[in-house]
Amino acid sequence: MMSLFKFKGGVKPPTHKNESTGLPIARAPLPSRLVVPLHQSIGGMPRPVVAAGDKVLKGQLIGEADGWISAAVHAPTSGTVLEVAMHAQPHPSGLDALSVVIEPDGRDEWIAREAVDYKSLKPEEVRERLQQAGVVGLGGAVFPTHGKLTASKTVAMEELVINGAECEPFITCDDLLMRERAEEVVRGIGIFRDLLQPQKVLIGIEDNKPEAAAAMRAAVDALNEPFLVVQVPTRYPAGGAKQLIRVLTGKEVPASKRSTDLGVQCFNVATAYTAWRAIAHGEPVVSRLVTVSGDVRTPRNYEVLIGTPMDELLKLAQPHPDTDGIIMGGPMMGFLVPDPQAPVVKATNCLIAHCERLFPPKAPEMPCIRCGACAEACPHELQPFELYWFARAKNFGKTQEYNIFDCIECGCCSFVCPSRIPLVQYFRFAKSEIWAREREKNAAEGAKARFEFKQLRDEREKAEKAEKLAKAAAAQAAKKAAEAAAVAAAEGDAPATAVAEPEAPPVVVDAEKAAKMATIQAAMERAKAQREATQPKNTEALTTEQQRAVDEIEARRTVLETTPRAEAAPLSEKAE
Amino acid sequence: MELLLAIAIMALGAVVLGAALGYASIKFKVEGNPLVEKIEGILPQTQCGQCGYPGCKPYAEAIAKGEADINLCPPGGMEGVQKLADLLGREVKPLDAEEKPKSVAIIDENTCIGCTLCIQACPVDAIVGAAKQMHTIIAPLCTGCELCLPPCPVECIRMEPIGENIDNWKWKYPVVEIKAAPLQKAA
Repeated sequence: MMSLFKFKGGVKPPTHKNESTGLPIARAPLPSRLVVPLHQSIGGMPRPVVAAGDKVLKGQLIGEADGWISAAVHAPTSGTVLEVAMHAQPHPSGLDALSVVIEPDGRDEWIAREAVDYKSLKPEEVRERLQQAGVVGLGGAVFPTHGKLTASKTVAMEELVINGAECEPFITCDDLLMRERAEEVVRGIGIFRDLLQPQKVLIGIEDNKPEAAAAMRAAVDALNEPFLVVQVPTRYPAGGAKQLIRVLTGKEVPASKRSTDLGVQCFNVATAYTAWRAIAHGEPVVSRLVTVSGDVRTPRNYEVLIGTPMDELLKLAQPHPDTDGIIMGGPMMGFLVPDPQAPVVKATNCLIAHCERLFPPKAPEMPCIRCGACAEACPHELQPFELYWFARAKNFGKTQEYNIFDCIECGCCSFVCPSRIPLVQYFRFAKSEIWAREREKNAAEGAKARFEFKQLRDEREKAEKAEKLAKAAAAQAAKKAAEAAAVAAAEGDAPATAVAEPEAPPVVVDAEKAAKMATIQAAMERAKAQREATQPKNTEALTTEQQRAVDEIEARRTVLETTPRAEAAPLSEKAE
Repeated sequence: MELLLAIAIMALGAVVLGAALGYASIKFKVEGNPLVEKIEGILPQTQCGQCGYPGCKPYAEAIAKGEADINLCPPGGMEGVQKLADLLGREVKPLDAEEKPKSVAIIDENTCIGCTLCIQACPVDAIVGAAKQMHTIIAPLCTGCELCLPPCPVECIRMEPIGENIDNWKWKYPVVEIKAAPLQKAA
């Protein structure tokens, strides 16, 4: 048995896990319609590649990854695309985002699936396949998995940590996944191991899930893999990536550094499972396990198609009549979904039917008494009470000095606060304000750079024009002067030249003037000729329709040109 | 004799220190006015000219010289005024104009005649197009300065406020709900 380390802080809320582990995973029936949001992962927003009316098959690409940090989105079942439009999202804002709405045809017919042996593929091909299959971190952060599977060139990969801790109350989807599908999880971990080549693979499971740990151990032994299944003490948030890494390896990831800088990479067990399905079965991520629990008659885990409306899913578990909302995620980090028709997405690990019996309303907030309980509970060793003062005073610079961006919003501080201050809400507020300011600052800097460049260009153009004109004028003048001198020389004999010489200056002045006039005249002529000569090239060979459109615009323009501005003015005022 | 020596030492000291100061003033000369840069950092860089100066930098210079007031920048809003007041130690004044929501210009591409006048007017190169070709606005680069509106001969440009979407949505400041306490009957 390896020795384990500890992370500081943490809390022990009632786990409420046994309710939903009694029944095996069930497949949720096809819903009446599926709303699949295009943006389900961190990174670029996938571009829709289907349009209303298209027939799609299960697993068909509907959103194409945009850039490297972005993951594709697929049709969860076969059917018809009803529309690509804005729909309510499972997001605390309740705002809409672009989604593909699919009406299932009931056949649930798969697209041709290509199973491959990943060992015959190059690592970059495996990563490419994972991106195409839309494999993202299912622990909650939904970071595209392929982006984490490139071994660092500078730091040797020491440990690969597989996160099966599942520390948040109510949630049991990873537990059931490990109990029922341990073999495929272990095979998926094998893919990650082969891509990253770590020295050790550690699978961390909280010690309140002995069945899952036993199943994983059996699968590891059956597949003859050298992975270590480690049971970690149950303590929220042991399932946080940095906390689990700390417990298993003793390494503490410093602020503003990543675990990969210390030679550690971390994946969720469900991510490993979907990676295996994607590579070995050619199945993209179109469904996931969701725990449905809380105020329901039969809490259990369902395999749910992405895009299933939450209220339809909740109905399967028969919510009690006093249910008054849906929490997505756990009670510590989750949020009340503003629109119960919002779809299940890749990040949805749990739905909790909310009722006042289970989650009694908090007593009113009291002033902070600086007791320091929050600092003791903070697993990142931050000082939530200091952050709270600064966030409350909107002193965002100070919050950054106190490392607000290391806060993982786990909710331990709010949980222990005797004054019931919603600390995490203050931190979320401060973070999003800081991000907004950052965006504004970057936009202002870009605008300034472009403005300065435009000014520089204008100046340069002006200078160039002036220089060109001056040069041309000088050349003309010199020519005229030379001609005049030559004429004078030819007309007179030697003494005449001597006489002519004093007369020369006025001649030169006249010549200069004439030259200037001639240059201007010539330039005007040239410009006129050019104007007449150039015809817009795109007006040749027009179709009659295009010609008609051009004529119309020309007609409008003449009308506008002939209409005096004074008449047009009242119209515009009215429009405003 | 001692008196002379003392004077000589003092004089020598004065010469040496004077030379050092003179050298430092040339060597460590501050280019430009650092205050102008700080002020410019606060201004929103829309280059809209609503303050009456041709761009944010001239306005920053005017503020630094004390010629302009700090409440002339509508895109900066009251928050900008507050920041300028903090920086300069002046008093906060109400904004000299209405605060408008941040907007972006939109060209009605059916009406555009391709005159390029708006392209020339745009201070931040956010409009693309060519003579006799349709123009369009690169929305992420548009600062909403409205300088393209007056030159358009066919009035095909309009301003649209940027709405809230999931990408720019912000968590709200936690507010304490105040509920009326149930009335208690006097016993």
